[in-house]
Amino acid sequence: MTPTDTNHAPADAQLGPVGRFLKATEIDTRLLGMVGALVVIWLGFHLYGAFVNGYGAFLTPRNLWNLSVQTASVGIMACGMVLVIITRHIDLSVGSVLGFSAMIMGITQVWILPQYLGLGSPLIWVITCIVGVIMGTLIGAFHGWLVAYRNIPAFIVTLGGLLVWRGAAFLVARGETISPVDTTFALLGGGPYGAIGAIGSWIVCAIACVAILWMMLAGRRSRASHGFAQRPMWAEGFLAVLACGLVVGATLVVNAYPWPKGIVTQYAKANGLTVPEGGMFISHGFAIPVLILIAVGIAMTILMTRTRFGRYVYAIGGNPDAAELSGINTRWMTVKIFALMGFLTGISAIVASARLNSATNALGELDELYVIAAAVIGGTSLKGGVGTIYGAILGALVMQSLKTGMVLIGFDAAIQNIVVGAVLVLAVYVDILYRGKSK
Amino acid sequence: MAANATPLVELRDISISFGGIKAVDRVTVDLYPGEVVGLLGHNGAGKSTLIKCLSGAYQKDSGEIFINGEKVDIQNPRDARRYNIETIYQTLALADNLNAASNLFLGRELVTAAGFVDDAQMEAETRKIMARLNPNFRKFNVPVSALSGGQRQSVAIARAVYFNARILIMDEPTAALGPQETQMVAELIQELKRQGLGIFLIEHDIHSVMKLCDRAVVMKNGQRVGAVNVAEVSDDDILGMIIMGKKPASAV
Repeated sequence: MTPTDTNHAPADAQLGPVGRFLKATEIDTRLLGMVGALVVIWLGFHLYGAFVNGYGAFLTPRNLWNLSVQTASVGIMACGMVLVIITRHIDLSVGSVLGFSAMIMGITQVWILPQYLGLGSPLIWVITCIVGVIMGTLIGAFHGWLVAYRNIPAFIVTLGGLLVWRGAAFLVARGETISPVDTTFALLGGGPYGAIGAIGSWIVCAIACVAILWMMLAGRRSRASHGFAQRPMWAEGFLAVLACGLVVGATLVVNAYPWPKGIVTQYAKANGLTVPEGGMFISHGFAIPVLILIAVGIAMTILMTRTRFGRYVYAIGGNPDAAELSGINTRWMTVKIFALMGFLTGISAIVASARLNSATNALGELDELYVIAAAVIGGTSLKGGVGTIYGAILGALVMQSLKTGMVLIGFDAAIQNIVVGAVLVLAVYVDILYRGKSK
Repeated sequence: MAANATPLVELRDISISFGGIKAVDRVTVDLYPGEVVGLLGHNGAGKSTLIKCLSGAYQKDSGEIFINGEKVDIQNPRDARRYNIETIYQTLALADNLNAASNLFLGRELVTAAGFVDDAQMEAETRKIMARLNPNFRKFNVPVSALSGGQRQSVAIARAVYFNARILIMDEPTAALGPQETQMVAELIQELKRQGLGIFLIEHDIHSVMKLCDRAVVMKNGQRVGAVNVAEVSDDDILGMIIMGKKPASAV
C-alpha cells in the first residue's frame, strides 16, 4: 500500500497554472470540454452565416430563445435516459411512448373532457397532464417489469415497444391529427404567451442566484463541520461570479427577444391598449417548457446525487452483483427506473404536443435516437455506472444546436442527418480517448 | 465453547443443486459465539455454495437454518443483514465506480433529517473506522477501482465490521493480499473473535487455518467429511481429510 494522499496531493507543485486552477475550483474537465464544443458550434454557425450568407443568424436572442424551447422535449427525456443507461439498459421506445401519451392526451382534452367540463374549462389542462404523465409512467413500469422480472433484455422489450406504441397511437385516434389543443395546455409548449415575460424572468434569475450562493455557503459549512479541506476563497468567488453571470446572461438574452408585431397588436387589442408609434417592446422571457426542463434537471440532479435511489442507480451500474449482495432490490429498482423514464416521457409529451398545438401520429418519431445520443454525448457510459444529468442536458443542447444551426445556414435534411450521426460517433470516440488517458 | 450452549448459527441438513448436480448434499455445520470455524475443501467442494445459503445469495433447496436456536428464513441478502450476518466475498462485492464511503454504507446510507444521503457524515465515519483498520488508507474521494487489492479488501472488511455484525462470513479474505495485509486481516480476526463474533472462514491456506481457526469443517464433493478441533490435530491430518476424505480418530 502506497500512502498517497489525494487530499493534500504532493503533486500540487508539479501542476501548471491551468492544472492548479482546475484543481482549486474542482471544475470537471469533461464539462469544460462540452462547453468548449458548444461554444465552437455556436460560433462556427454564426460566423459561417455571417461570411457565407451575409447574415449571422445563430447568436441572436431570437434563435437562442427558440433553441432553448426546442431543446426542452429531448432534454427532459435525456434526464431519464441517463439512469436507464447507467444501469446498463437502453430504452428505444421513448419516441413512440411520447407519441402515444400525446395522442391519449389529445383525445382526453379535445374529444372527451369538453363534453363534461365544457370547452375551455380550467380543469381540462390539469386533468390532461395528469392523464399523460400517468400513461407514460405505467408504460415505463410495464417495460421495466418485463426487463426485471421476466428477464427479457431491455433492448428487445423497448424495440418491441417502439413498434407497439406507435401502432397503438395510430389505432386509438384512427390515424387522425387531433388539433387544436386546450389553450391553457398550449402555453406549456412555449410561444409568446407561453413565456413568463421580463419581470418574471428577473425574478427567476434572482432566485437562481440566491440559490447558487446559498448552496456554496452550505457546502463550505458542511465541509468545515467535518474538518475537510476547503476550496480556496478566490476559487469560490470565481465560481460564484461565473455561475451567477451565466444566469444573468441567459436572462438578458431571453428578455432581449421581443414579441412579434402581430402578437403585440393582438395583445394590445385584447387588453384595450394602443400601440405607440414605434411599436411596443414586450419581452418573451424564459419559455415555460425551458423552465420545466430546468426544474426536471434540478430535481433529477438532487435525486441522483443526494438520495439513496440515485446512489443505488450508480451502484447497480458499477456492479449489479455487489448491489444485490448489499441488500439492494435491483429488480424493483429497474422497474422504478423505467417508470421514471416513462414519467419524464409523459412530461415531454406534454411539452411536445403543446408546442405543436396538436397530437399527430408522427410526434416523437426518432426522438429515442436523439435522446440516447444526448445522454451519450453528455458523458453517459454505455458500459454503465457513469453519467450525469447536467451532461445529458448539455448533450441535448449540443444535438439541437447542430440541427438548428444547419437549418439556419441552409443545409438540407440529408446532410443534417450525416452530420448528426458523424458527431455522435466522434463524440463517443473522443470520450473513450479521454477516459483512457485519465485512468 | 460450552457443549450445552445454544449455537449462534446452525445449518442443518442443507442441500442445494444446480441443474441436477448436488452442489451441497445434506451438510450440517454449527458456529458458536467467539469461535472461528474454518470451511475447507477443494475448489468445487461446495464451501462457498453452502455459505451463500446463509448470506442470502442463494436459496437452499432443503434443510433448516437456526440463529440462536430460532429457525429463520433467509431468502435474500436483506434478510441475512437483519440477522446481523455480514459477508466478505471472495470477489469483493464492491461497486467500482463509487468511493470507499459509498461502498461501506451501500444499502444502509446515513441520511440527514430531510432524508438525503449525508455524504460528509459517511466520509467522516469511514475515516474513523479506516483509521482503526488500515491507518495508511487515504484514498477517500476516488472510486474504489483506483485502489489496490489490499485497500479494496479493507473497505470490504470495514463494511462488515462497521455494522456490528454478530456473524461474519469471510470467503478467502486474504486471497488477493500481500504478506503485510494478510497479517492485518489475521489480527482483525483475532480482535473480532475476542468481541464475541462468530466467524465462518473459507480458506485454502492450511497455515492460516491452523493459526486462526478453532474448528475446521472439511467438505468434499458437496458432502461433509467431518469436523475437527484444530488444536487436537496436525496439518497433515486436515490435508488427509481434504485430499482423501480420511477422517482422523478425533473427528466428528
